[in-house]
Amino acid sequence: MKLAPEEESMLDGRDGAAARTALEFQLSVGEFFKAEDFVPIRSAHLASDPESLRDAGAAYLEEMVSKGARFRIPTTTNAGTVDFAKSELIGQRDIWPRRARRILDSLDAMGAHLCNTCVNYQTIDQPLFGEHLAWGDTGTVIWANSVGGARSNFEAGPAALAAGLTGRVPRYGYHLPQQRLATVRVQVDAELHGRAEWGALGCLIGRELNDYWTVPGIVGENLRPSPDELKSFGASLASYGSVAMFHMVGVTPEARTEAEAFGGVEPARRIALSSDEIDIVYREFVPENGHADLVVFTAPQLSIMEIRELAGMFAGKTLHPDTRTLITTSSIAAAESRRLGYSDTLETTGLIILEGVCFYVMAPHELAEDFGYRTLVTDSAKLANIIPGYGYNPVFRPTRVCVEAALTGQIPW
Amino acid sequence: MVSTTPERPPDTVLSGPAGVGPPVSGPALVSQHGFSARYDLDRENGLFSRQAHDLHGQSFLHRILVFPTAKGGIATSWMLHEMTSRDKAPLGLVFGATNPVMVQGAVLAEMPLMHRLDPPPHRAIETGDWLEMDPAAGAIKVWHASIT
Repeated sequence: MKLAPEEESMLDGRDGAAARTALEFQLSVGEFFKAEDFVPIRSAHLASDPESLRDAGAAYLEEMVSKGARFRIPTTTNAGTVDFAKSELIGQRDIWPRRARRILDSLDAMGAHLCNTCVNYQTIDQPLFGEHLAWGDTGTVIWANSVGGARSNFEAGPAALAAGLTGRVPRYGYHLPQQRLATVRVQVDAELHGRAEWGALGCLIGRELNDYWTVPGIVGENLRPSPDELKSFGASLASYGSVAMFHMVGVTPEARTEAEAFGGVEPARRIALSSDEIDIVYREFVPENGHADLVVFTAPQLSIMEIRELAGMFAGKTLHPDTRTLITTSSIAAAESRRLGYSDTLETTGLIILEGVCFYVMAPHELAEDFGYRTLVTDSAKLANIIPGYGYNPVFRPTRVCVEAALTGQIPW
Repeated sequence: MVSTTPERPPDTVLSGPAGVGPPVSGPALVSQHGFSARYDLDRENGLFSRQAHDLHGQSFLHRILVFPTAKGGIATSWMLHEMTSRDKAPLGLVFGATNPVMVQGAVLAEMPLMHRLDPPPHRAIETGDWLEMDPAAGAIKVWHASIT
């Protein structure tokens, strides 16, 4: 790779041992993907949950701190494993708050902004058109690329860490204009409502493509998603397909017209979807029995609008005593929810609102072992995709069905 | 299954761009599905735990894993590093085409990883074949278990 003088200097160790380690890491990745050079970035978003890092990752961060690691650009943290105020309430094992503290202390020492959110783009760091970023958590990347028109690859934890320390990333993939054109045309003839339906669409397209390097161009007369629906769609598409970018003609900024989305080139492939297929996605998730052990509203963390909607649906009701119901959100939305009284409305029913976490990074396999959880009802297509590996029977349903399951303990269909 | 490099020349050689990590030899475990450490693995016990995965129930320890594609999110990066630290990791990873996450994780874990090989690895390699991965040379030598 071609190195700028600043990068040569980092490699020589003039910016400290941590910056050198970080740049060496990035060179290995950049050479693998045949990047020609580095590109400066404005911010990094770092996934550093203790469930992934465990003791080895925590020790790695401590070693970087001891080498003088210091972020040189704004670096935010993704959703974590532990809500310190409620870890005991939900029965997490003691090891997790201890590990989380170790990790957060190291990142704090490096100068991270410890926001612990997977919706940084809805709370504290909006991506701007054309700028280069190093974001991790695939939901944040697909949003930055597709909705923001910013440029980022999937920068997994160690890579976002390195990017925060060097202020740059290898220029390949979604930093290059030619990678950002749609090549698969997806015609959607359906009117979609709510985060579950949009998540189901993300599932269908993601499973079809199943390739990081493919950008779908989505076309449909009736596609008018809200920001929260688009958030759910993107997170699901990224989860099911490892897809990092989409265009939605008339909705996203690099797709004002179909010709712009495809760069005037004929699509390599065409897919057509209708509301029938959306319904089939729900039906693929079969409850092993009619009882809901858990109902979880999560992945991505809920916005204040989504919390408000749930508060309206749960108001004045009581949860079924044998069904645990959780919401995960950002600390910013949680504070607003408290201020506006939504938290009171929801918590009075028995529901638990967790901040700074996401269910699938909360060591869910242990919660299953310790509390006998098996059947999990959710309106998050992304969670339903991830959670089977942790020993759960996921049941993906529309939001209103999830609410009914929380209230009755039964899964109506 | 072959358990050491046979004395005969390799039956097949796959070639492609340089990968990352040191050279390694070992038996192949081949999937026609994608791969994510978070979505698919019981990392404590070294098993594929996702019921819908075609390697469900199989141990990934001390195997070179072969997949057509990477899938899912970013957690695999830290997880490869963490599994390696406990010696509960695969020997190496081979993909038809990988996403950046696997490469970032492999670099941190110092685990060999290669992709975009000819012929495509998930078609040319079968479970139980013996592999010699040479990432720097962009070559994988294959001794088929079906040929003795």
